[in-house]
Amino acid sequence: MDKLVIAGREFSSRLMVGTGKFSSHAAMVAALEGAGTEIVTVALRRVDIDNPADDMLTHIDRNRYLLLPNTSGARDADEAVRLARLARAAGCEPWIKLEVTPDPYYLLPDPIETLKAAEILVKEGFNVLPYINADPVLAKRLQEVGTVTVMPLGAPIGTNKGVRTREQIAIIIEQAIVPVVVDAGLGAPSHAAEAMEMGAAAVLVNTAFAVARDPGAMGVAFKKGVEAGREAFLAGIGEQRDRAEASSPLTGFLHD
Amino acid sequence: MSFLDVINQYDPQQLLAEIEAKRAADVEHALAVDKLSLEDFKALLAPAAEAYLEPLAAKAHQITRQRFGKTILLYAPIYLSNKCTNGCLYCGFNATNKVSRRTLTFDEIEREARVLHEQGFRHILLVTGEAPQSVDNDYIAAAAQRIKNLFSSISIEVYPMEIAGYQQMVATGVDGLTIYQETYDRELYAELHPFGKKRDYDFRLLTPERGGAAGLRRIGIGFLQGLGNFRTEAFFTGLHAGYLAKHYWRSLISISFPRMRPAEGSYTPPNPVSDKNLVQLICSMRLLMHDSGLVMSTRESAALRDNLLPLGITQMSAGSCTAPGGYSDKEASTEQFAIDDDRTPAEISAMLRRHGYDPIWKDWDGAFLDKSAGR
Repeated sequence: MDKLVIAGREFSSRLMVGTGKFSSHAAMVAALEGAGTEIVTVALRRVDIDNPADDMLTHIDRNRYLLLPNTSGARDADEAVRLARLARAAGCEPWIKLEVTPDPYYLLPDPIETLKAAEILVKEGFNVLPYINADPVLAKRLQEVGTVTVMPLGAPIGTNKGVRTREQIAIIIEQAIVPVVVDAGLGAPSHAAEAMEMGAAAVLVNTAFAVARDPGAMGVAFKKGVEAGREAFLAGIGEQRDRAEASSPLTGFLHD
Repeated sequence: MSFLDVINQYDPQQLLAEIEAKRAADVEHALAVDKLSLEDFKALLAPAAEAYLEPLAAKAHQITRQRFGKTILLYAPIYLSNKCTNGCLYCGFNATNKVSRRTLTFDEIEREARVLHEQGFRHILLVTGEAPQSVDNDYIAAAAQRIKNLFSSISIEVYPMEIAGYQQMVATGVDGLTIYQETYDRELYAELHPFGKKRDYDFRLLTPERGGAAGLRRIGIGFLQGLGNFRTEAFFTGLHAGYLAKHYWRSLISISFPRMRPAEGSYTPPNPVSDKNLVQLICSMRLLMHDSGLVMSTRESAALRDNLLPLGITQMSAGSCTAPGGYSDKEASTEQFAIDDDRTPAEISAMLRRHGYDPIWKDWDGAFLDKSAGR
């Protein structure tokens, strides 16, 4: 598969994995392995970032995976910025998945605070990957301030409902100057394939792995879904038409 | 409109009649929909739903796994003081009980905190009775300040405060509030609370709203099972949770399910709740509130807690002691009530892993609130 490039760094895998909700670290590691991912996102509120012996961090090989700390739990720009700085002070690379989700139920992102935090963090030298609702104008605004991706949701986090925001994501992809990563809501490999067929640069998955009977096998299934979707996108998927179109044109004889 | 206005629209006797009138078809409808209406919730709390516990449990399990994955958050209480000026008939801390009273010094609080920190806890609940002379807002704030570096999340389960009091707590690093109404039945509430500040039903009922207005991130509510009729109590708890989630949408609402336990004073609960009805209650609450934390304390037996685990529970206390100073001094003062599950935190953690759950010790960070962090 062609390489994914974010902020000048190359990745062979286009499948990012979240680490919440797993029954054990072993199940998490199995999902990472199966998915063949290179980017792993971890909630800063879940880890003891100053402690190198932290239970979760010891299970993520930082030589193999880009550890992408996220700011989930932050309700406003201030809190998100504070967490990002703490992660960097603790020795993490300056990559941050920006999540500002004041609503603890659907975890829907606050567009205004997200933009504010992104502006500050970009100026401070972070590679910012913002989680957003599928809002094309917000996506443009974030790219203007210098985020290295935009990460619109396919459906609310944890719902496994697939790409419900399809029309909006299509606009975001069409207008994007940075990789578009569909984050949240993808529950089946076919959902991931759909996002990739549309031209998403990558997808991020967590719940679908964590609640699977076999997280490792589900990781493999998603890996294949992502690859199939990407290859189909690159191959050029035929447009959908309302009317039948003969493969040999009916008026071809006119040129004879 | 406050929740007081909402609950005042209900007549508890009529509500109970409506719940008891629900039939099998109503229960089946409630089990078939994605989002419950209040009528559906009534059906799940009805006697008719007792024949549907298995499908109810299956749905509660499925929703919980989807929303929370296979994780359980662990926490422990620290009892700061058992002094109390209230006369709650059911409570071991009742002012008229002749028991040894104790308020921990800050050194003693830190000693307790260090024991729990060593055991792995990062989520802590500070508990006191209501005794304004010796335990006031400044004392609680100073206690939180003293131990906040040891924990990532500090909640309080103390007397109701005014908004300014909660703002003081937030400024100190407290992020959560637990406050049980005990009973939503106004008449029963008056009987059970013959004297003391707690006698004010309305002030207590509006406490979670004052906490939400002050910016507390976690608000825990519940009723004490055994006091009133559990069906109406559960309905009002669900109604309250829904109200709070809508009006204080930045705060996560959690719901606890405390059943009466033996305590000093030997109060006999008039409406004991069976294991079966406890299961009905927990599962119904999960179907109503998909994303709320559902909390199970060590009041329940080890065997029951293990079995309740997959039914919707997302938070558990472990290794709890309800006597002030009890973690560092086994001969400490009187406990508030007797716990049942006396397994150590390590044993609870091992049990969770055996059942396919990841025990979560830390799911919050003080940096969210600490304005001096990350400058």
